[in-house]
Parts: sequence; structure tokens; C-alpha cells
Amino acid sequence: MNRIFLFLALSAITLVGSEVISGAVEKQALNVSAIVMFVIFVGATLGITYWAAKRTKTAKDFYTAGGGITGFQNGMAIAGDFMSAASFLGISGLVYMKGYDGLIYSIGFLVGWPIILFMIAEPLRNLGKYTFADVASYRLRQTPIRTLAAFGSIATVTLYLIAQMVGSGKLIQLLFGLQYEVAVMLVGVLMILYVTFGGMLATTWVQIIKAFLLLSGATFMAIAVMAHYDFSFGALFSHATELKGIEIMSPGGLVSDPISAISLAVALMFGTAGLPHILMRFFTVADAKEARKSVFYATGFIGYFYILTFIIGFGAIVMVFENPAYLDMAKQAIDGGSPILGGNNMAAIHLSHAVGGDFFLGFISAVAFATILAVVSGLTLAGASAVSHDLYASVFKKGKADSMSEMKVSRIATVVLGVVAILLGISFENQNIAFVVGLAFAIAASANFPILFLSMYWSRLTTRGAVIGGSLGLATAIVLVILGPIVWVQILGNAEAIFPYKYPALFSVSVSFAAIWFFSVTDNSDNAKQEHKAFEAQFIRSETGIGAEGASEH
Amino acid sequence: MTQETINKIKNDPSFQELTTKRRAFAIKLSIAMLVVYFSFILTIAFNPSTLGTPLSADSVTTVGIPVGIAIIIFAFILTGIYTKRANGEFDDLSNKIKNNLKDN
Repeated sequence: MNRIFLFLALSAITLVGSEVISGAVEKQALNVSAIVMFVIFVGATLGITYWAAKRTKTAKDFYTAGGGITGFQNGMAIAGDFMSAASFLGISGLVYMKGYDGLIYSIGFLVGWPIILFMIAEPLRNLGKYTFADVASYRLRQTPIRTLAAFGSIATVTLYLIAQMVGSGKLIQLLFGLQYEVAVMLVGVLMILYVTFGGMLATTWVQIIKAFLLLSGATFMAIAVMAHYDFSFGALFSHATELKGIEIMSPGGLVSDPISAISLAVALMFGTAGLPHILMRFFTVADAKEARKSVFYATGFIGYFYILTFIIGFGAIVMVFENPAYLDMAKQAIDGGSPILGGNNMAAIHLSHAVGGDFFLGFISAVAFATILAVVSGLTLAGASAVSHDLYASVFKKGKADSMSEMKVSRIATVVLGVVAILLGISFENQNIAFVVGLAFAIAASANFPILFLSMYWSRLTTRGAVIGGSLGLATAIVLVILGPIVWVQILGNAEAIFPYKYPALFSVSVSFAAIWFFSVTDNSDNAKQEHKAFEAQFIRSETGIGAEGASEH
Repeated sequence: MTQETINKIKNDPSFQELTTKRRAFAIKLSIAMLVVYFSFILTIAFNPSTLGTPLSADSVTTVGIPVGIAIIIFAFILTGIYTKRANGEFDDLSNKIKNNLKDN
């Protein structure tokens, strides 16, 4: 196994290396310091993968890193999952473009975390083993619940992967001067290596290292910006408003009507609590105590990160906006205004050059690439676990699969998902993917979250209610996104949206909860009676953790 | 878990104390977070100019900036408060329940 790994790792490095050479010949935009730093990162993470591969012997090691991650480390890894390239570049770009609206958006992403801690973290850790479906199906019928949960997980993961792959291809093309297809394949191959060989242990450490690098880089940028203004926010803001106008200091058009506002809030809050790659991280710690600490640290890191991106966005307004060095002349000639090279999402990247020159630009570019790698690895592992643990071991083998064959299936699933991600990344290159992450959150909030939450707290939940309600929530989310303004109008070119709101979560989550309730309370089958009776034992384990310690051993 | 164990734990006063106290605490903190966040988001939806008011006559910094930062810090503090009490008081109760189970 390790020999195969070394061979593949060397080929991946050669792939980067050979592109460096051919790229240098063909393209001017090649960024040497970025590539050197990225190669160092890849080398180091492949080293970690080699180390992790030797420690990944059982399915438990593969899915949960052996359960020995500390609360602090897990908090950092969870924060890393959340601090994707999309949120680093996207939110700083949003602040750069619209000022205060960027802050509103990031607050929405953060406030789900305390709720996860108060409601989800503990029962999740006490009841589950490898995936959130373990919890949802704890006292319900395995086959239907696992199938639905696996479907919800794979849908969420795939949509998220599309967004990450397309983003990575474009970003790498821009930053490193590599071809789009090469960039997407490079991300796919490295991610397959990390996950198949190093499992959760490698995936977690790659995420921790990247989170540390990203937080350090962003801290440096924010301090450099503030130092320019003698650490006075007033001076920074007043210079920024001179350039962009006073309206950047107040709420703009991001949330215009109450329904959209509440619907977005519901999607972000419940969606976060239904993301399979985030939920999976709670199984990597030893007990409920460490699970709570994980959320505490994660909330701190994520909140700190959002404050930094706010400063970075304003820094870009004062240092990048109207700076001829970052102006896209060709675009300006056609559209006028002051467009920056690569679009608004490149604001943070240009700022890194403005405050730290070529070397620091290289560092931030390499970190952005590392971020994508780390996030897609976590996603792929979560998707692969849904296939191997929920579908193969529990549904197909009825819980009788041995650890070795289950691990083998998850490795195969990882490779398949990686290839699918590469193909989707390439085929979606020129598509409008603005709806993709929103849809992922809507599905997580409407299919995954209600089943998970009610299975923990509502004794009357039955298999029938969960399956019908969860499926209806899933279908409503998909249909409303298709009929909504982004897909129906912007992509399909119709004049008016049938469903007027961009965010369907308020409606699809309500449908899901209402249907789960109705089809559970009207369920008078013997099966439903048994499920109700089994709640007591589940509740005791969920509250005290009694029985959970043993469960993590087998 | 046997029915006997279930009954033993269910009738343990520590178990009742743990579940009642923790549920009340978690709900209180959740409501605090939801009230703060939804007040913020509904202010933006219904009356955005409130948050756009400058802090003082000669300042461009608006009320919305410290309010936004404060919500981020508030969320973090809430997780800290919960974690501290749960990792102390609630875990002690859990351990007591486990010990009671062994003793009998």
C-alpha cells in the first residue's frame, strides 16, 4: 500500500513540476514564488499522508482518525472546513464590493454554530459512530433511513464539490497560470491521494495546517492594513467612503424583504447543522466533552476570521480599488468603471500583493490553493463514507460487512467521487454555478437536518414520517431552486421566476418538518410502536453517553 | 442496555436533574442567540437606516459596525458559557449517574 502511495505521490509532484516548466514557456502570468510555496505545501501534506497511511488500519481509523483528535485540533479543522476559498475570497470580495453587506452575510454563517453546540453536538457524539445517519437511524429502520440520509449526503457533497472544483480551476488558472483542466485534475488527484491513503487522519491534519496558514496570512494582511491607518478604524472607514461613497457603511440590497431575510437565515443555520462533512468531524473526538470544546474553538476561529475578512475587504477598497496596478484595462475599455483583474473575488489576492509584494502574493495564492485541497478532501471523505458505511455496510450488507471490506469500498468510492468531481469540474467550467452552494445548503437544511434533529429529540418520530417528510423536504428544495430567480430566470432565460425568492429554505424546511410530523403521528403500525418504545434507551445514551464509549471500540 | 438499567437510570435523581437543567440551559442560550440574530436581520429587512446611523456627527463609522462585531463576539461568548458549564457541572452529574450504576 505504501509503495503505491509513494509512486502516486511522486507522480503528482512530477505533474506539478512538469507544468511549472511547460507553463513557464507558454505563459507570462506564471507566479514562481506561489508555485514554490505550493509545492512545499503539497510535499509536506503528502508526507503527512504517508505518516497517516501507516496509522490507518481499521475502518474506525479511516472514518474518524481513530477518535483521538483533541477538541482544539478538531475546532481548528471544523473552522478549516468552513473557511473555504469561496468564503475567504467571496466574503472579502463582497465586502470590497458592497461594504457592510459582507458583514451581514458572514454573521449569518456564524450564528448556526452556537445552536449546533446547544442542540446537536452532544447527542451526535453520544449516539453516532461514523456518519450522521448512524444517529438518524439509531432506533428507526436501517434500510430506508440510511438510503435517504446517504442520498442527502451525496447530493450535498456533490453540489459543494462542483462549486469548489470550478472555483479552484479558475483560481489556479489565474494565480498560477496553469490551464483550467490541468488545475482541476491536479486538485482531484491530490485529494484522492490524501483521502484514500491517509483517511480522516490525513484529511484532518491537512485541514488544520491550512487553517493555521490561512489565519496567519489573513492576520498579517489585516494588521498591515490597520498599520497604514495607525490602527484607527475611523481613519480606514473614512478613506474608504471617500473612494466608494458613504453607502458602503450601511446595509444595502443583500436582504431586501423579510421573507428572504428569514429564509436565508434558516438555510444558513439549519444547513450548517446538516452538512455531512461538518457533522462527521464530531466523531473524530473522544467524547462529548471534546465535542463541545471543538465547537467553542471553531466558533472563535470562524468569528475571528470573519472580522479579518471585513478588514481585508475594506483594505482592498483603499489599496486595490482605483490602483492602476490591479486594474483590468481591457475590461475598463469596454465597460468603464474600475474593474480589477480577475473580478471582485480577487480583491484579497491583490491586497496581499499591495501589502506584501510578490512573495506574500505567492504565499496567499498557495494558501488559497491549499484551502481548496483541504475542503474538497473533507467533502470527498464524507461522500465516500455515505457510500461505504451507510449504503454498502448497512443497507447492502445489512450491517454484516467486516471492517476491511468496508474500508476497501470507501477507498473505491473516494476514487470514483474524485473522478466524478474532476469531470463535473470540467463540464461546469462555463456554467453559471451561483445556485449550487445555495442548493447544497437548502438540501442539507431540508432533508438532513430535520431527520437528524427529530430523531434526537422527538420520541414519536417513525420511519414512515422521516422517509416521507425528508424526501418531500428534499424535493421541495430542488423544485423551488429550479423555479426561483437564479435558475429559472438567469440560467433558463425565462422572463419571470415562478417562485420569487432566491432562498427556498424557509418553505422547504417547513414542508419537511410538517410532513415528518403528520406522517409520524398518523403511523399506527407495530413498527412505529417499537420505535417509540426504543426512544427511552436512546435518550439515556444521548444524554449521558452511557454505552457510547463501548460503541466507539468495535 | 437492559430494561433494568434503563429504569435504574431513569429513576436516578441525578439523571432527572441533569436532563432538566441542561435542557433549560440549552433552550435559554438558543433563544438568546436567535433573538439577537433575528432582531438584527429583521432590522435590516424592515428598517435598514437604523444600522446606517453614524456613531457621531463627524464620524463615518455607523452603528451597524460595532453591532455586527458584537454579534460575532456574543456568539463566541455563548459557546464559551455553555461549554464551561457543561464540561463542569453537567459532566459531573453524568459521572455521578455512571457511578451510581456501578455501585448498585
